[in-house]
Amino acid sequence: MKPVSFDYHAPASLEAAVALLQRYGGEAKVLAGGQSLMPLLNFRLSRPAALVDLGRIPGLAYIEEGDGQVRLGAMTRQRTIEFSPVVARRLPLLGEATKWVGHLPIRTRGTIGGSIAHADPSAEYPAVLTALGGAVVARGPKGERVVQAKDLFVTYLTTSLEPDEVLAEVRLPAMDPAAGFALEEFARRRGDFAIVAIAAMVVRDGARCAQARLATAGAGPVPVRLSAAEEILERDGLTDAAIAAAARRAAELVSPDSDLHASADYRRHLTEVLTRRALTRAIRGARV
Amino acid sequence: MSRAERWIGKPVKRVEDARLLTGRGTYIDDHPPVAGLHHAAIVRSPHAHARILGYDLEAALAVDGVVGAITGEDVLRLTKPFSVGVAAPVRYYCAATDKVRFVGEPVAVVVAKTRYVAEDAADRVRVRYEPLPAVTDPETALEPDAPILHDAVGTNLAGHRRLVYGDPDRAFREADVVIKERFRFPKYSSTPIETYGVIVKWDPLDGVCTVWSNFMGPFIMHPLTARALGVPENKLRFIVPPDIGGSFGIKTSIYPYIALIALTARLTGVSVKWIEDRREHLLASSSGTDRIADRELAAKKDGTILGMRFRWLDNVGGYIRSPEPGCSFRPTGNFVGPYRFRHLEVDASTVMTNKSLTGPNRGYACGHLYFETEGMVDRLADALGMDPAEVRRRNLIPSAEMPYRTPSGGLYDSGDYPKAFAKALEIAKYAELRREQATARAAGRYVGIGLALAVDPSVSNMGYVAAALDPQFRAKPEYLPKSGAVDSATVKIDPLGRVITIVGTAPQGQGHATVVSQIVADELGLTPEEITVVDEMDTFTRVWSISSGTYSSRFGSVGTSAVALAARKLKAKLVEYAAHLMDVPPDRLEFRDGAVRVRTGKGPSYAIKDLAGRAHWNTESLPDGMEPGLQATAVFGFTGSKAVDAEDRVNSSNTYGFIAEVMAVEVDPETAAVKILRYVTIHDAGTIINPMIAEGQIYGGALHGLGGALYEELAYDADGQLLTGTFMDYLVPTANEAPTIDIAHVVSPSPLTPLGSKGLGESSSMTVPAVIANAVSDALSPLGIRITELPMTPTRLYELIKKARQA
Amino acid sequence: MSDPVTVRVTVNGVAHTGRCEPRKLLVDFLREDLGLTGTHVGCEHGVCGACTILFNGEAARSCIMLAVQADGAELLTIEGLMQDGRLHPLQEAFREHHGLQCGFCTPGMLLTALDLLRTNPSPTEDEIREGVSAVLCRCTGYHGIIKAVEAAAQKMR
Repeated sequence: MKPVSFDYHAPASLEAAVALLQRYGGEAKVLAGGQSLMPLLNFRLSRPAALVDLGRIPGLAYIEEGDGQVRLGAMTRQRTIEFSPVVARRLPLLGEATKWVGHLPIRTRGTIGGSIAHADPSAEYPAVLTALGGAVVARGPKGERVVQAKDLFVTYLTTSLEPDEVLAEVRLPAMDPAAGFALEEFARRRGDFAIVAIAAMVVRDGARCAQARLATAGAGPVPVRLSAAEEILERDGLTDAAIAAAARRAAELVSPDSDLHASADYRRHLTEVLTRRALTRAIRGARV
Repeated sequence: MSRAERWIGKPVKRVEDARLLTGRGTYIDDHPPVAGLHHAAIVRSPHAHARILGYDLEAALAVDGVVGAITGEDVLRLTKPFSVGVAAPVRYYCAATDKVRFVGEPVAVVVAKTRYVAEDAADRVRVRYEPLPAVTDPETALEPDAPILHDAVGTNLAGHRRLVYGDPDRAFREADVVIKERFRFPKYSSTPIETYGVIVKWDPLDGVCTVWSNFMGPFIMHPLTARALGVPENKLRFIVPPDIGGSFGIKTSIYPYIALIALTARLTGVSVKWIEDRREHLLASSSGTDRIADRELAAKKDGTILGMRFRWLDNVGGYIRSPEPGCSFRPTGNFVGPYRFRHLEVDASTVMTNKSLTGPNRGYACGHLYFETEGMVDRLADALGMDPAEVRRRNLIPSAEMPYRTPSGGLYDSGDYPKAFAKALEIAKYAELRREQATARAAGRYVGIGLALAVDPSVSNMGYVAAALDPQFRAKPEYLPKSGAVDSATVKIDPLGRVITIVGTAPQGQGHATVVSQIVADELGLTPEEITVVDEMDTFTRVWSISSGTYSSRFGSVGTSAVALAARKLKAKLVEYAAHLMDVPPDRLEFRDGAVRVRTGKGPSYAIKDLAGRAHWNTESLPDGMEPGLQATAVFGFTGSKAVDAEDRVNSSNTYGFIAEVMAVEVDPETAAVKILRYVTIHDAGTIINPMIAEGQIYGGALHGLGGALYEELAYDADGQLLTGTFMDYLVPTANEAPTIDIAHVVSPSPLTPLGSKGLGESSSMTVPAVIANAVSDALSPLGIRITELPMTPTRLYELIKKARQA
Repeated sequence: MSDPVTVRVTVNGVAHTGRCEPRKLLVDFLREDLGLTGTHVGCEHGVCGACTILFNGEAARSCIMLAVQADGAELLTIEGLMQDGRLHPLQEAFREHHGLQCGFCTPGMLLTALDLLRTNPSPTEDEIREGVSAVLCRCTGYHGIIKAVEAAAQKMR
């Protein structure tokens, strides 16, 4: 289990990284934290001609808030996010999700940009990005463009980014300080990728639901924003009946596949169960 | 307390730990023992079943840094197939020669200056295949139109035996109640964190083939390998490094790789190192069998079990590899477990399919056995409306009947099963648990309580393997009977009175050096720190035999016995020598507190140091006829290890412990998650030499059992492709999944060992599948669900719950 | 084959310079080029944790890092855990509480626990389980490991 031979580049700027990607015409891979890429290299399932390591580019790891959003540099480590006061204050859902990402020594190396660009549909960060309606900034030969979460994930392990684009920044709208949130996950073992996880955020207005945000992990080839379920709550309020109805709707909105760890039917069922549990906990945590 | 009793029974801290905690262990991959090592990469079959049409090595040999390569053609030309444990003409070589029969089967080996380059070259080896239809299910494999793996055998049935003890037909005729059930046990492994590793130096001039590997026995595999390689046994040297990173039986099956790498070294002319990677390990090392079991139980209305029928299909994969079919016969002596019934029929079929090969895995075959038996006992309780604890009590072998001869030939040496079971129920607060369960059920919760009992066999009698052969075959004059379970130890005293003990048990983390030092310290009146223990197996220098090694929980029973006997032998010599020096009869002296002293009253004494100096420096001081030097070697063998008799009875192990377990679980009916609420395990392993180490074995064994019950499976699709080829998919329990365990002991010393100890290395690995399946069945009994198949994955449980609710 | 790269790295306080292919895994570099065989290879895909070291003070899996990524970094491996010739409190506790049997996962387990206690000096039992769940052990059932980390945490506070 040793990787194939490849060229290695550690450019000093994003421009240089993009230029290298262009030069290799799709045969190069971007190395961020490497926690997903390196296993693929060791299994020789990925055989790139070159690696472009973002690790030596200064200024790619930051967490900044302003204009109602939080911007995270692509190379921000998951462990940094786990302990970030800004995240704790402005994006507590991201903070909770981070505790579910892999294990301690994975989070010290794994990055938010890498996790999202890898686009594993069972991963937690793409679900949070989708739930909160965030976006990523991609840097390519023609400069920067912003890609909304809903336009980013194409299918398993595939994003709409071009082979010569680098995910440079993740942008998430800051959560309402009164919002309740929850990430409910079911995995065979804690620390595994989710069989199904539901990211939820609820802003209350008395018994009414001012805003509900729901997205899945593990319930199909891409994370699914459960808009029709959100609408039920925003229309019918936060009663048990509304929660149950939203959860049932959630199960109808997903198209999971069967694999070794779970059947499609079971994943759909878990989508309902976990949506209900996530909403219940989020509502309990929301300030009136 | 006299000094001589100080150390046995104490949780003495391990002498092994200092080096292992500081990164100074010596595992197979750590220190190249010879210069100029080259590295091998093995080319493996991508097909489950295919005919090999040809090889093309040209591109591989052209890679810079490659020194050579071999293929199945070389294997066929220069090696013999390994002997197999059945009469069927299965030709099992160290690599595929004509066909491949499972995904991952070795087909070629490439050797290069580094592993990286060897893998580059292995990628470039072209093997042409004609794919054939595959079969993975043992039942399907026996159907008339199933693809046949071995043309020379003509069937996929590697072996079949019908063993009858007592009169099972009558038992079933006379029964008030007959229970039938079909169980499926999964294929899982123990995946030691250190994989296989082999280093071979083949010297063409002196003809010696030296093998370093993390092989841990049984050393029967040494002559087996020598024969396959065509090397005289005294020219094949197996050396085991001081540290092995776990085995749990799995590393027994490294021997085909030893042969393969040895042949590679011979043909490439360089010393070769091969370290198995994790993908290779999951694809093609070893595992237990998956089994389909049809069970029948006959009982009276009062719960008395009259007899049982077992019908087993054990799936050994593409080839039957020795010591299989131990998967069926290793527990022959304890087929009946802790129960009194005398009538039993065992119909055991060993089936070959296009899966990876099998062999000993912690609890070897006993996890299967007790999963089925204990499931049946619960079904009996259910059918009779009795408490499952009560049904068990009615059928336990009473302590007054110890030692107890089982109908299948086992001799249970000691034990008080009712007492140990009562203790388990008491510690678990069984009655209270049942009340809590009733409350929880009333509240709509799914709480269940499981029980499991097991006789824990240790120290296999190598003779059991012959139970796989027909009595007529065994009766032939040319057939050589097999039996035995022996181990050896040497204790020596150097000229300054320092003690060194030498064993060759090839431990894999069991702390043998510590335990040996405790035993010798007690025997010689010293402290463990004063004893240096060398545990390094080398077939050229150690005293060993067919059964040597560390497997089937041997050390706690047979290894410790050899050590105690060697120390006693040496002690007797010291007494005799001192008597000569003191000019008194030896019977007036005894060895006490580190010196030879007069038995009663005051008198001179000789400390070990005094005697050692004199004996080494002045051999003239020895009595006439005494052998110079202060050392003693003892070889301990169990006399109860006899060959299988004409009625298929065999005492398949030598010491038999007992396990009683209670587990309470709760199942979340929505997610199908299983949560362990309480888990109590009671063990009787005779005298416990080091309780800390003993409990370490229990904790570890329990988690192996839990892995097989809930998480781990080498799963294949219908085409024979492995679905769990990574640690992302083959799920090893982590600290998050490990339950809290209440451990307690009952001590019934074995009358057969000098220290009264028995083995317990496999321990709860053989009971947890049973106890948790019973607990989950109990939890889900309001839905009419009974667990018949492991692992209990969430998907499987969800499907059961859904189906039950729809019904 | 790609041109070799130079790797300058400080391991256990000692500066090393090596040259290797860019594809060389950090764990292989430590074991083969620097002779530090205390770091073990267990799965080579970042799951078992046997190869865990401290990378600039943080636990990281050296089997899913390239040696070249460590250029300029400070590493701590199991060989550097002893201080002034004495066992580290974690090492002491593992011995005291039987936190190891075969010892193969132990280096990764110790360094993971070290990072856990650095960021959480008073972990609950659940937090210890969660922390050490990063490393697979097949011998101990984790019982002794959890007890050992609890005991070491107390001693180190």
